[in-house]
Amino acid sequence: MNGLGQRVGTDVGAWRADFPLLARTFRDKPLVYLDSAATTQKPQTVIDAVTRFYSWENANVHRGVYKLSEEASARYEAVRPQVARFIGAPGPRGVIFVRGATEGINLVASTWGRANLGPGDEVLITGMEHHANLVPWQQLCKQTGARMVVAPILDDGSLDLDAWLTLLGPRTRMAAMIHVSNALGTVNPVQHMVAAAKAVGAVTLVDGSQAAPHMAVDVTSLGCDFYVFSGHKVYGPTGIGVLWGRESLLESMPPYHLGGDMILSVTFEETIFNEVPHKFEAGTPHVAGVIGLSAALAYLDDCGLARVQAYEHDLLAYGTALLGEIPGLRMVGTAPDKAGVLGFVIDGVHPHDLGTLLDARGIAIRAGHHCAQPVMKRFGVAATARASLGLYNRREDLEALAEGLMAIRGMFA
Amino acid sequence: MDELRDLYQEVILDHNRKPRNRRALDDATHRAHGHNPLCGDQLVVQLRCAEGKVLEAAFEGDGCAISTASASLMTESVRGKGEAEVRALHEQFHRLVTTGEADLDQLGKLAALAGVAEYPARVKCASLAWHTLLAALDRKVDQAVSTEV
Repeated sequence: MNGLGQRVGTDVGAWRADFPLLARTFRDKPLVYLDSAATTQKPQTVIDAVTRFYSWENANVHRGVYKLSEEASARYEAVRPQVARFIGAPGPRGVIFVRGATEGINLVASTWGRANLGPGDEVLITGMEHHANLVPWQQLCKQTGARMVVAPILDDGSLDLDAWLTLLGPRTRMAAMIHVSNALGTVNPVQHMVAAAKAVGAVTLVDGSQAAPHMAVDVTSLGCDFYVFSGHKVYGPTGIGVLWGRESLLESMPPYHLGGDMILSVTFEETIFNEVPHKFEAGTPHVAGVIGLSAALAYLDDCGLARVQAYEHDLLAYGTALLGEIPGLRMVGTAPDKAGVLGFVIDGVHPHDLGTLLDARGIAIRAGHHCAQPVMKRFGVAATARASLGLYNRREDLEALAEGLMAIRGMFA
Repeated sequence: MDELRDLYQEVILDHNRKPRNRRALDDATHRAHGHNPLCGDQLVVQLRCAEGKVLEAAFEGDGCAISTASASLMTESVRGKGEAEVRALHEQFHRLVTTGEADLDQLGKLAALAGVAEYPARVKCASLAWHTLLAALDRKVDQAVSTEV
């Protein structure tokens, strides 16, 4: 247990009570939080773990010769094997702490990418990438003369797998793919894609930002070379995330940021870099973030990701059915395999008006392009409204959403 | 919806349903293109001016109710006004949507947008048309205007 002796709710219905923020009211109405794809709320155990760290355990890591620093270092390093277990990685050495998924992808693009890409090479991505898994590759390609290739998506928001397989070829050096789409909810057939990419000798990176909170991830069975996710989307703190990489690749990559902690020895002439994973963690890391992340992963383990997945699957089906009854509402993203996301537009009502008018009812959703402007373009909309789920959501939340949408439709008619 | 009566007033809903002056202006003398990168809204404002006065104002584009109603109300309220008057009106309008307080007599129907001040995230929706109009007045013909500048 990572909290102050606090028991974590283990019944599905009890999970909600673990999140103090959900007791807040807005405009005199109880908060209905449907924006977990943007960030999740935090269970008390995570809050307590961070508070306890700063109240009782804080010291810099990997430096002090005194007991307090040794404790902090041990606590910090103990999270690496925990993360490895959480994502099914073979060992802790491939676990690199970064600020979030975005930094993880940038790290790979900057280090592996610059060292390995050149004219004639291709980076294959999907048409549903978050900007975080698009812009770094696009810019890298501009710098190295490589070409970014984008596989199209089908009308239901699924990846056009046949097209993706056709675009994959001997020139493909990197296949980067989103595991679960943040805008559409689509779960991609990542295991199949990674196997195909490996068969042509490509390196693979999976953006697991929207997968890690909703399903058990196993990088060993996925077979990928890199996997990234963000702490704040798995009920942990902001500013911390994980890049997991295959050790042999990490060894071959140049460092990312340069400075303290990532070195073994420094003279004015030469620097010998530290070993993996420390080579990629320059400067004082976000120790409290790592401690909070540890509590979050422990919380998810206690809940059981299989149960979370089953519960959210039911909730998503319920929400999809409710929204389907609203005249003039069009779902954006109706792939057969989805997780956590209900994207939609309503005829005659702009998503931003929906967002503001739902806010008046205490309902928090996201309205906009969801950092996936090419996805919006693909579906012919400037923006969508998005309700996204966490393990604390209830059927009542989706009922409140549907009721609110009906009322707003009436206003605009 | 009581809480939002101040923002989504009937005047705004009406101008959103039936925007005034949403059309191309064939004999426009001034024109500018506005863009709000936060929401993707795009807007073109066209003016027909003569002897320092705005004889006609029109806009094209789709946006949220706040941005559409604001553009629609704006095209009505600047008609027949001199450039200095238009700029003074914009100053009052800017005060209105950022602070909720302004010279309501001078603003007339535009006062319907006072509720925007309670929703900082929506100020840019209400401002886009005005920023685009000012760019058009500056004769920045077809130069893109962004709310992020």
